Amino acid sequence: MTLGANESPRTAVANPPVQPVQGNLGQHNVVRSSAGGPVAENPVALPAVAKLIDVSKCIGCKACQTACVEWNDTHPDIGVNVGIYENPLDLTPDMFTLMRFAEYDNPETGDFEWLIRKDGCMHCADPGCLTACPAPGAIVQYSNGIVDFIHENCIGCGYCISGCPFDIPRLSQVDHTVYKCTLCSDRVAVGQGPACAKACPTQAIVFGTKDDMKTYAEERIEDLKSRGYENAGLYDPQGVNGTHVMYVLHHADKPGIYNDLPEDPKIAGVVQNWKGPTKTVGLAAIGLAAVGSVVMGLFSRSEVAPEDEQRAEDMVDRAADPAASGREQA
Amino acid sequence: MTNSWTDIKNTDLVIVMGGNAAEAHPCGFKWVTEAKHHRGAKLIVVDPRFTRTASVSDYYAPIRPGTDIVFLMALIRYMIENDKVQWDYVRNYTNASLIVKDEFGWSDGLFTGYDEEKRDYDKTSWDYVIGDDGFAQVDPTLENPRCVWNLLKAHVDAYTPEMVERVCGTPADRFLHIAEMIGECSSPTKTMTSMYALGWTQHSKGAQNIRGMAMLQLILGNIGVRGGGMNALRGHSNIQGLTDIGLMSNLIPGYLNIPTEQEPDWTSYMKSRAFKPLRPGQTSYWQNYPKFMVSFMKSMWGDAATAENDWAFHYLPKLDVPSYDMLRMYELMDQGKVNLYFCQGFNPLLASPDRNKTTQAFSKLKMLVTIDPLETETSRFWENHGDYNAVDTASIQTEVIQLPSSCFAEDEGALVNSGRWLQWHWPGAEPPGEAKLDTWIMAQIFLRVRDLYLTEGGVFPDPIVNLTWDYADPNEPTPEELAKEMNGRALADLTDPNDPSRTLVSAGQQVLNFSQLRDDGSTACACWIYSGSWNEDGNNMARRDNNDRDNTGAFGNWAWSWPLNRRILYNRASADLQGNPWDETRPLLWWNGERWEGYDVPDISPTARPEEVMPFIMNPEGSSRLFTRGMMRDGPFPTHMEPFESPVANVFNPNMRGNPVARFFDSDVARLGDSAEFPFVATSYRLTEHFHYWTKHNVVNAAMQPEFFVEISEQLAAEKGIERGGRVRVWSKRGEVWAKALVTKRIKPMICDGKTVHVIGIPLHWGFVGAAKKGWGPNTLTPFVGDANVETPEFKAFLVNIEPAVGEAVS
Amino acid sequence: MNIDLTRRGFLRLAGAGVAATSLGALGFGEAEAAELAHVRDFKLTATTEARNTCPYCSVACGVILYSRVDEQTGKKRIFHIEGDADHPTNRGTLCPKGSALKDFVNAPTRLTEPRVRRPGAAEFEPISWDEALDKIARAVKDDRDANFMSLNETGVPVNRWTTMGFLAASATTNETAWLTYKVVRSMGIVGFDNQARV
Repeated sequence: MTLGANESPRTAVANPPVQPVQGNLGQHNVVRSSAGGPVAENPVALPAVAKLIDVSKCIGCKACQTACVEWNDTHPDIGVNVGIYENPLDLTPDMFTLMRFAEYDNPETGDFEWLIRKDGCMHCADPGCLTACPAPGAIVQYSNGIVDFIHENCIGCGYCISGCPFDIPRLSQVDHTVYKCTLCSDRVAVGQGPACAKACPTQAIVFGTKDDMKTYAEERIEDLKSRGYENAGLYDPQGVNGTHVMYVLHHADKPGIYNDLPEDPKIAGVVQNWKGPTKTVGLAAIGLAAVGSVVMGLFSRSEVAPEDEQRAEDMVDRAADPAASGREQA
Repeated sequence: MTNSWTDIKNTDLVIVMGGNAAEAHPCGFKWVTEAKHHRGAKLIVVDPRFTRTASVSDYYAPIRPGTDIVFLMALIRYMIENDKVQWDYVRNYTNASLIVKDEFGWSDGLFTGYDEEKRDYDKTSWDYVIGDDGFAQVDPTLENPRCVWNLLKAHVDAYTPEMVERVCGTPADRFLHIAEMIGECSSPTKTMTSMYALGWTQHSKGAQNIRGMAMLQLILGNIGVRGGGMNALRGHSNIQGLTDIGLMSNLIPGYLNIPTEQEPDWTSYMKSRAFKPLRPGQTSYWQNYPKFMVSFMKSMWGDAATAENDWAFHYLPKLDVPSYDMLRMYELMDQGKVNLYFCQGFNPLLASPDRNKTTQAFSKLKMLVTIDPLETETSRFWENHGDYNAVDTASIQTEVIQLPSSCFAEDEGALVNSGRWLQWHWPGAEPPGEAKLDTWIMAQIFLRVRDLYLTEGGVFPDPIVNLTWDYADPNEPTPEELAKEMNGRALADLTDPNDPSRTLVSAGQQVLNFSQLRDDGSTACACWIYSGSWNEDGNNMARRDNNDRDNTGAFGNWAWSWPLNRRILYNRASADLQGNPWDETRPLLWWNGERWEGYDVPDISPTARPEEVMPFIMNPEGSSRLFTRGMMRDGPFPTHMEPFESPVANVFNPNMRGNPVARFFDSDVARLGDSAEFPFVATSYRLTEHFHYWTKHNVVNAAMQPEFFVEISEQLAAEKGIERGGRVRVWSKRGEVWAKALVTKRIKPMICDGKTVHVIGIPLHWGFVGAAKKGWGPNTLTPFVGDANVETPEFKAFLVNIEPAVGEAVS
Repeated sequence: MNIDLTRRGFLRLAGAGVAATSLGALGFGEAEAAELAHVRDFKLTATTEARNTCPYCSVACGVILYSRVDEQTGKKRIFHIEGDADHPTNRGTLCPKGSALKDFVNAPTRLTEPRVRRPGAAEFEPISWDEALDKIARAVKDDRDANFMSLNETGVPVNRWTTMGFLAASATTNETAWLTYKVVRSMGIVGFDNQARV
């Protein structure tokens, strides 16, 4: 996306195609694939893309959430109100993005601020999920930076969840595979921006090449500084080698006040250590036994005893339940 | 809106007060973020709650619900005291210099002429001094103590920053900071836009709230200019259209009026609609009223409307009261005086105040007909849903017929947006099952009633049997046929008045626009302000050219806006007296020595010379009004009035309750609560996740905001022992509801007149049908009283009590 | 123990520890056997577009309705709605309501047949259009004939009918509104109002 002077940023420069069109994302530009899955030999080098979320323009309307649901055909449950604005209450396999609301009394100005942040997959340049994933080809990274799950290859082990420094992926109890934002890879493949970015009423979410988004962010940061937000800045954390979803924050010095956005996200050491081809086998420490059970439970039901299957199901359920799984941030 | 959504990008300062644009109009609010991003504009929010609009504001101030007039009059006082006045604009384009009668005055919260018995004013003194020449007298120097400007100055004198703090609960320093920001927009090159909605209208003095801001905008010179204006953010997709077309008790399309009993014939009706100019050389465009009215009558009744029978004037009903609005009808219904009621795409059981009264009233109907694409609570008002609708079904003898209609995705036609754009849309599917288009349903009802009159005779069948119904298929009038009727056509050849040999429009052709309408019966036009929308050029509402010359935001070739495709009303006021734009960087219209030209259709005769014809052509004065004469029931200036249910007395007059001239039915007096029993101020509002009672049927929106809740401060929660997410009971004199408690820092207690005032926020999206969890709306709690001028119910300020509740409601 | 270990081997080793199932049997015998990376088929391909405007608030955002013929009903069915990027006001954006319009159009509580609730009854029952409309017309005619006021108490012709009221919509088209206006006014109904009141 190239912005003209004084022009409204528009993720949607054209309406989506309805004629058959060949997408540009596929195996031919996979640059990384989990667990030694296949990568393209000469990947098509696409420009790095990024979604930029300017929290200072965000009105917390949840258009990103409903647009995401409608595009991806997910079905979030109709829950309850527990005295907060978030709904659903957390990311789920049917809700890939979530507005999180924080009520903040700014000690420096004495003013109250309502900080609203769109949560979801950050599409890390060094993706912890992909690094942690033991299933070949279940998580791939395309040459434009999108990190996508190939559900046919997912074994539902939940390792990507542990591997994610942002606590994003969620395990489905329906098909026992893990879901997260795809950055609307199907839209991006045909030249459209993600559904959330297209919908965003105030264009707090914009999408384009990462370079353009960084330039655009500078303009926004300048505006925020002129309004007294001295610490306004870009969130593009280097601990994961930058992300393809970035934030403009008015208080970039304190990401934690935006509902615990990590200060310095990194892939957990234990996950990082799987990365090299030659490693000491410290298997027990990361409980791989569970993976085996889950794999068995899902893929060879006819060959296992009912009690084993039950055990496997329980593990999946625990992994899907944030409270029970004991997930930790890196 | 005087301006359009896309014009907001031209502003320097946005004030959102009496509305919550980011939540209720998110995509329109985009133009606020645009103005902030690319013009460096600032955003001020004044609201009882720190809303999602406030979350992106530059400055926020709280205000007690129902005290906006104090805040606004104090702003005007500040502007006058600190010389933050666009003087050239005020002198020339407002009625500041007109002289008012000596008898007019104000004391103890009341204007002259108040009659407590009648709850009404004798407005004789609220007028200009008319000279022997028949024109209003003026003092261009503004020195005459009786000129409007000096009266205004005196009127606002009581509204000090201290008064704001005392009545509104807004800290004086916050008020002053806002006043300073606004004061900068008195410069001819700075402009502010006001974006408001039901936060201002839903009060017993709603119209005066809006007048208050309109006056401020005039003083700052912000009306008629790019990036300025009074921008009413209409709530529904075609409320503007329904209002334009006059679907109200007392209206005729294009803001003409249904006659009253005092106007039983054409002559008496027209006499009060002469609109003689009040200043020399002024346009006073309503002088064309007879052309619009006759063309309307010809559109309705064709050949049956003749000069001899006063254009079938007797076919029109004559009103004995100002209007049979919704509230009056429910009162009459409750008295057993209404038998049949139709609800077309409207769910009054959740939209009308004092729901228990509405239920009782509906239960006395013989027949209720609902026409809707969706299930509504109204169509099931008789169905028991436990606490959510605790009715005795068997005892309700009302017959209910529920007719399934189409929705937007299945029909074709135009909707009018808030900026007055008429945009045509096309269907993408067919109605589900046996559901039918609304036009088909209305045609069927009419044709069957007409057939009964034709076959059986009956009482005064004339207006029914003579109604124009010349559609190709009488059973299904098409959108094209109906749209063309609204544009109007020539019934005979229309010749050029200056050259009778020249035919302007041949008989049967569409008129170009309303300038071609006649009062001799040779034209028919259903809605004069829409004339030009579908003329011989075709359907202008369907235009889709989104080019915008010089990026002014006008988009003049996109769709069509009334009147005459004009995008900014009063746009002649964007230029100074000589016709040069106030702001060279934001030109809109200018005088080129011979005529007006620019980016918009001039809101003045294109050849009207500057310095002679003033910009406000609809007003007989030619200028805008800081003083409204007797045009509003509750005063020519806004004066502070408390809500009918208020925690404090009116500081001007402790004996005055609410709006002293608002209509109140006897049966409702006993249903008003006081602050001893109901100590907390409640206010109602929308949430951005939902649209009224529609999206609770939508599984996706229901997931986004599933359950009814109320918002309270941490302090009130602590005081009452209410937990976040706990269940509470909220009750008023009229009813009770149960909700989840959302405890927040975004609402803070205020101190008003020495008293702590807690505000409880009550969103309005839940009922007992649909996908979302069952719940209630605020209308179970709100009082049955409306604005004194337009009867919009007082939903935004009323009294309740609250307590923790246990257990779950039974559904 | 230092060994070369691909992550797949890593899994095999772990799996072997807990179950006898071989990875080959699980479909992970070869990396090449994994499903190749692909994105979802673009779901708007081969659909019909219609330009419309959002029915909710008065911003009147441009929307595009994407439909296909439903094989079961033979009717066009809308299966996606998205903002119209060409529209000058919304530029393709939509709010949380507009973005979910498809599930409003296809809501399970859309009405599909005329129904009647008889006096005192606890439920609706289906009724044909003809029967419903005839019933309505009869009720309208009878009540109008019985209660129409031609003259007021002082003998002035007033031609009004106050025992019937009509509450009009807020989202119907101008064209529906005008037709409604004609029908209501021609009968002398004065209890006429619309959502603008509230």
